[in-house]
Amino acid sequence: MEKFNTIISSAVPLTTENIDTDQIIPARFLKATTRDGFGDNLFRDWRFDKNNDPITTFPLEDPKYDGSILVAGKNFGCGSSREHAAWAIADYGFKVVICSEFADIFQNNALNNGVLVVTVSAEFLAKSFSAIEVNNQAAFKIDLKNQFVELVASGDKESFQINGYRKECLINGYDNIDYLISQKEKIAAFESAK
Amino acid sequence: MGKTLFDKIYDKHIVSSIPDGPDVFYIDVQYIHEVTSPQAFEGLRQRGIKVARPKQVCATADHNVPTENQHLPIQNDLSRHQVSTLVQNCEEFGIDLYGLEHPFQGIVHVVGPELGVTKPGMTMVCGDSHTSTHGAFGAIAFGVGTSEVEMVLATQCLMQHRPKRMRITVEGDLQKGVTAKDIVLYVISKTTAAGGTGYFVEFAGSAFSSLTMEGRMTVCNMSIEMGARGGLIAPDETTFEYVKGREFAPKGADWDKAVSEWKELYTDEDATFDKEFNFDASDIEPMITYGTNPGMGIGITQKIPSAADIGATTVKEIESFDKAMEYMDFKPGQAMLGKQIDYVFVGSCTNARIEDFREVAEIVKGKQKADNVTAWLVPGSKQVEKQIFDEGLAEIIEAAGFKIRQPGCSACLAMNDDKVPTGAYCVSTSNRNFEGRQGPGARTMLASPSTAAATAIVGKIANPADLI
Ligand code: SF4
Repeated sequence: MEKFNTIISSAVPLTTENIDTDQIIPARFLKATTRDGFGDNLFRDWRFDKNNDPITTFPLEDPKYDGSILVAGKNFGCGSSREHAAWAIADYGFKVVICSEFADIFQNNALNNGVLVVTVSAEFLAKSFSAIEVNNQAAFKIDLKNQFVELVASGDKESFQINGYRKECLINGYDNIDYLISQKEKIAAFESAK
Repeated sequence: MGKTLFDKIYDKHIVSSIPDGPDVFYIDVQYIHEVTSPQAFEGLRQRGIKVARPKQVCATADHNVPTENQHLPIQNDLSRHQVSTLVQNCEEFGIDLYGLEHPFQGIVHVVGPELGVTKPGMTMVCGDSHTSTHGAFGAIAFGVGTSEVEMVLATQCLMQHRPKRMRITVEGDLQKGVTAKDIVLYVISKTTAAGGTGYFVEFAGSAFSSLTMEGRMTVCNMSIEMGARGGLIAPDETTFEYVKGREFAPKGADWDKAVSEWKELYTDEDATFDKEFNFDASDIEPMITYGTNPGMGIGITQKIPSAADIGATTVKEIESFDKAMEYMDFKPGQAMLGKQIDYVFVGSCTNARIEDFREVAEIVKGKQKADNVTAWLVPGSKQVEKQIFDEGLAEIIEAAGFKIRQPGCSACLAMNDDKVPTGAYCVSTSNRNFEGRQGPGARTMLASPSTAAATAIVGKIANPADLI
């Protein structure tokens, strides 16, 4: 997995709340047997109309927005456990998702794919949306090492939580499977003691 | 201090704990299906490793399978490829597969319990959020992503943070026409679709202990729809009776030993929860959803609330509510009863067990579905399908004009051909009413099998209590 460094980038705003994984990646795109190419179908039905023309009022297709950060309305990623949602977000090029509340499984899936989920207060989320409204290219700084997110123009900052193990993994580009495989003997001992 | 049921099971499955980090958590059984497993097997191949405990993995094909002509090759190329990839992976890695031709095939969360693979006190995962279903047996079961599927295939373990605990207690007697599905839709309407985020929920009280195992599975199945990691119900005689004699249930002396262990699976009286809810069963009427998340449900005789009624105060909350109304083409103040509908779908891992179809048969017996309704009934497994025919329910249901299809997820997520057309209204016994879930532009209203059956007969949303 790629190592995660400090990121400074503009952000794409998605103010809708309760965005579920069926919207992030509709079920009809789950028939693949590899992890590649899901970014093209990220938010497919919100990005493209029936003739496959881009819907430019939707922020991902709106040329005024870009960047490697997605700012989303509360309870992002609810619904199905499909990791394809996290693959689609990562493949599209997002490295960070900022939201005031994430669905559990999505959060795990994102972190397992090197996408940092940053949980901020409802107030900070509102400030983030208005910063983007005022300046579509407003820069955000995400400092994982020191665990804060900053709206660069105003200097508004908020710290975020992440457990130490996850943080180490992201910074060093480790993954959970490597760790678990290193624990094989302990696991076998646990099984025989059961 | 006493322990909760959840903690009793959880503690027994910790292999080791990382300070300020997750636990290495042991998984007794992993269920897999064709959609969320191929990338995990591919990962194993890339790392050059085998499946650690192939006998603790149980596989079936369900999401992509057609529900007609299952004896023929699957027509859709991508679906066929995904299902055949599962067959190859199971062969290569030595995993038992209940594939399309197998008499045990069906929706993974129907198959596991009916084979007795799911048992009290176990830990189970699957790359599927409705794995929570298996919690009905007094087990810890939850959905995981494909990277986690790969972890469990590789090591039989997961990296897991202990969730917070919630208890939802519902006491009292149920009104006429009210079923397990209505209880859980009611609970979610009270807690909202995100109310359980970060929690594992125990369902307690007489409203749950008086349910059959099928009913308890319906409840735990939908615990994920309140955002919870999963739900569970303490096992009791009803549970043991259900497991007894099934294909993979313990037999003879092993059975007695197992039951004596299972009897220890309850929440101690002095255990505490991080959050508790209490509801009165007699307040619950048959439920139906009017919006685009499962928390947007009301009693069937009620009117659609306004954004303010459901406590939406911020601009965003109001916008989300309005968006749902626009998608459904509903207005606050509108009655649900009497609304004309186009489709009825009885199926999915929430409500495609034998008891659900008995419920349907009881309501439609001797009646005819309305002409404006297309009614699909999709059994949860081959065994359920067989039972429908053996018990003579099929005859009653088909005579009423329902089409009985072959087992699979079907219109629950519309990955195969079973799609509800754009703009059409469908009363569905599944678990999600998200935009486009049953097909692009399809409008889903979640309800119990009884409500779905009554609605099919009347052609408009109907209260099953009026037809019983
Ligand atoms: S029936 Fe629906 S909810 Fe259940 S496993 Fe299949 S797709 Fe998922």
